[in-house]
Amino acid sequence: MNNEVTNILVVGIGGQGVMTAADILATSALSLGYDVKKTEVAGMAQRGGVVTSHVRFGPKVYSPAIQAGDADLMLAFEPAEALRWASHLKDNGLAMVNTFAQEPPVVSIGLFDYPDEPIEKMRKMGVETHDYNAGQSAIDLGDRRLVNSIMLGAISDRLPFPAGTIENSLTARFKNKGEALLALNHQAFELGRKAFS
Amino acid sequence: MNAAEPRSADLRQFISGNEAIAQAARDAGVKVAAAYPGTPSTEILEYVSQYPDIYSEWSINEKVSLEVAIGASMAGSRALCAMKHVGMNVASDAFMTQTLVGAVGGLVIVVADDVGLSSSQNEQDSRYWGRFAHLPILEPSDAQEAYEMTRAAYGISEQFEVPVIVRLTTRICHVKGVVINSEAEAHTGTGFKKDPARFVMVPGNAKNRIPMMMARDETLKSFAADTELNRIDTGSDTRVGFVTSGAAYYHVKESFPDAPVFKLGFSHPAPIESIRSFAGDVEKLVVVEEVEPLLETELRAAGVDVYGKDLLPKIGELSPSVITPPVSKLIGEAIAESELIPTAQVFPRPPTMCVACPHLGIYYCLSHVKNTIISGDIGCYTLGAGHPWNALDTTISMGASLSVAQGLDKGRAECDENKNVLAVIGDSTFLHMGMQGLLDITYNKGNVTILLLDNRAVGMTGGQDAPSSGLNLHGEQTMQVDFRKLCEALGVKPERIHEVNPYEMPILFKALRQEVKVPEPSVIITNQPCVLTERYSKLPPLKVDADKCTGCSNCLDVGCPAILVDRRETVVKPNGKEKELAFVSIDTAACTGCNLCTKPCAPDAIIPAYNVTKIDAVEIK
Repeated sequence: MNNEVTNILVVGIGGQGVMTAADILATSALSLGYDVKKTEVAGMAQRGGVVTSHVRFGPKVYSPAIQAGDADLMLAFEPAEALRWASHLKDNGLAMVNTFAQEPPVVSIGLFDYPDEPIEKMRKMGVETHDYNAGQSAIDLGDRRLVNSIMLGAISDRLPFPAGTIENSLTARFKNKGEALLALNHQAFELGRKAFS
Repeated sequence: MNAAEPRSADLRQFISGNEAIAQAARDAGVKVAAAYPGTPSTEILEYVSQYPDIYSEWSINEKVSLEVAIGASMAGSRALCAMKHVGMNVASDAFMTQTLVGAVGGLVIVVADDVGLSSSQNEQDSRYWGRFAHLPILEPSDAQEAYEMTRAAYGISEQFEVPVIVRLTTRICHVKGVVINSEAEAHTGTGFKKDPARFVMVPGNAKNRIPMMMARDETLKSFAADTELNRIDTGSDTRVGFVTSGAAYYHVKESFPDAPVFKLGFSHPAPIESIRSFAGDVEKLVVVEEVEPLLETELRAAGVDVYGKDLLPKIGELSPSVITPPVSKLIGEAIAESELIPTAQVFPRPPTMCVACPHLGIYYCLSHVKNTIISGDIGCYTLGAGHPWNALDTTISMGASLSVAQGLDKGRAECDENKNVLAVIGDSTFLHMGMQGLLDITYNKGNVTILLLDNRAVGMTGGQDAPSSGLNLHGEQTMQVDFRKLCEALGVKPERIHEVNPYEMPILFKALRQEVKVPEPSVIITNQPCVLTERYSKLPPLKVDADKCTGCSNCLDVGCPAILVDRRETVVKPNGKEKELAFVSIDTAACTGCNLCTKPCAPDAIIPAYNVTKIDAVEIK
């Protein structure tokens, strides 16, 4: 398949900001003149279901969906979701994982088990995995939605363009939402950059 | 990873297929747009509503939305109607006759198929409607084409005086791509011109219109052969060629970039002779279509030798990884050894109700009422069929909860004599197609207890407004349905109608237990707003006092996603039986203090997370 296209998979659960993060990645690539496609299945996304967003960019992108074994990068907002989608990565693919676990009710009521040591399992599978508890850091910063900017910081130095491009897109997104929120998002972004490096 | 040459970014927008459709309606000079929300088409009207020059509305259901668009077309203006695939079933009564009348002002019906059922009760191929109603189907492959083809659809509709279907799939609606607009046009309404022979479809008039429709088929076939909406991508590798349309086109290009492709944008009626000629230029021809073998069947019937669903699946979404292996095998090409990372087995994460959803209390109660048959409907509350409630026994179509309940009641066997038949339906679904079922129950003396869950929003599609919310598509104040009066008008006795706060579970329980015993129709209306809407007000969060939690796990029966299990223990009771204990905590950052979980908590271990003096019950607005 087309080797000139960069494939980024963003995974998590409904309400975590997966689609926003993917949007910021996509608009960053767009601002550099790339052809870009972004897709997700989001019908019931607000109901705590799995959300996966595919971002593909390059000189020309055909199919919007990333096939198993084709992802260059995975940005995972939840460790069990990272494990679920690990097989979408290329051999030399890279995973950035928020280790803040979120158990669904089917686990709480005892129908299924949450996987033990999901990060270790991914490493045993041969996936280069970088991990950090972005969820806890976001809560400590005052808003769990900041996980989004932390994770964007995490991936910003691994893209075929400078981290500043992502930061500019982030500014564009939050510029009308007040100085305080913008500053907080930049703080989260920098935290992610350092924590995952 | 090569950086592309920076281009002028001014005109390049990064938008979804749905937004592209809305922009095309704006630029085509559409005057009226109508829809009922439904995944994956919902956002089309939400985007259209931003354009002040277009009158746009959330209609009561899809049939109504189509009829509104039909009226606007008859008035000589351009009209748009958008719906999901199952909406077309509802609209089909008007649709199947409108094809005889045809269009005056351009009439475009956008139908979005939820291929792969991300949020639907079935999978349908809406391209059948083109065959059924003898009208054109346009199939964009991405957002740019969604824009261009919707623009083209208005020209076709007016040139041939025919309604046109723009058929989308989820991978067109929700995929964002680069879109550049073309110049907007002004459309001047031609006005309503009386023409009963055309607009009054009584048998005598309709009979005369049918031959005209058949003649139109032939004109459209000639158009299909010439239009630029259909094109051939030449390719250097002629071992296999493809005929394809919609999202599948790009999957084919991804998989076989050097193969010749006959790309259909105007896919019905298909340019069969052009495809026959194309077939002669390739060794093997494969039809790649989502989802059913429509084009394949038509090509075979015309004597064109094709492969299709003998290689590819008849259900679900296609993708490069679905298309590549069987077609590579067909042309004798070795399939690359895949060295995929093995797929890890991880628990399922089905969609569930939101934290503090008012439906949680209702399903807790329903799961604790014995001897029930619960007829369900389409909406968030369909999730009540899942864990931990398991309190929904049927789901078929919009509004079916009531009429199916009537059948369950009247058709009950002797062994079900003591069963209580209930129906559960939301406010918007009730107004969409449920009222008729209720009238049927009261008129025919049925015995059904109805739970009308009024959360004042179309919750499942994201909290859109409806006549139950008192706001219209534009957020403007309008009338608000009084469900008590409406149910009364539909024949329910006033004393059999109860309005209950679903967070007050003891009261809800009492109403339920009382009404299932009464052998006539009753309606319990719950009155708290969807937590996704601005009407909902959060309350201070709760936490679990770990010293008091006995591990009884009663709170888990509420099903709130903010309640988490910290540890499990198995204990042996004095009678020798084992009991599973689950000690819980509450995700305080997610909890909005609805208090539902405090009701079943025997040891009163669930307490305010912070030092507040009093947590009030949720206020009724």
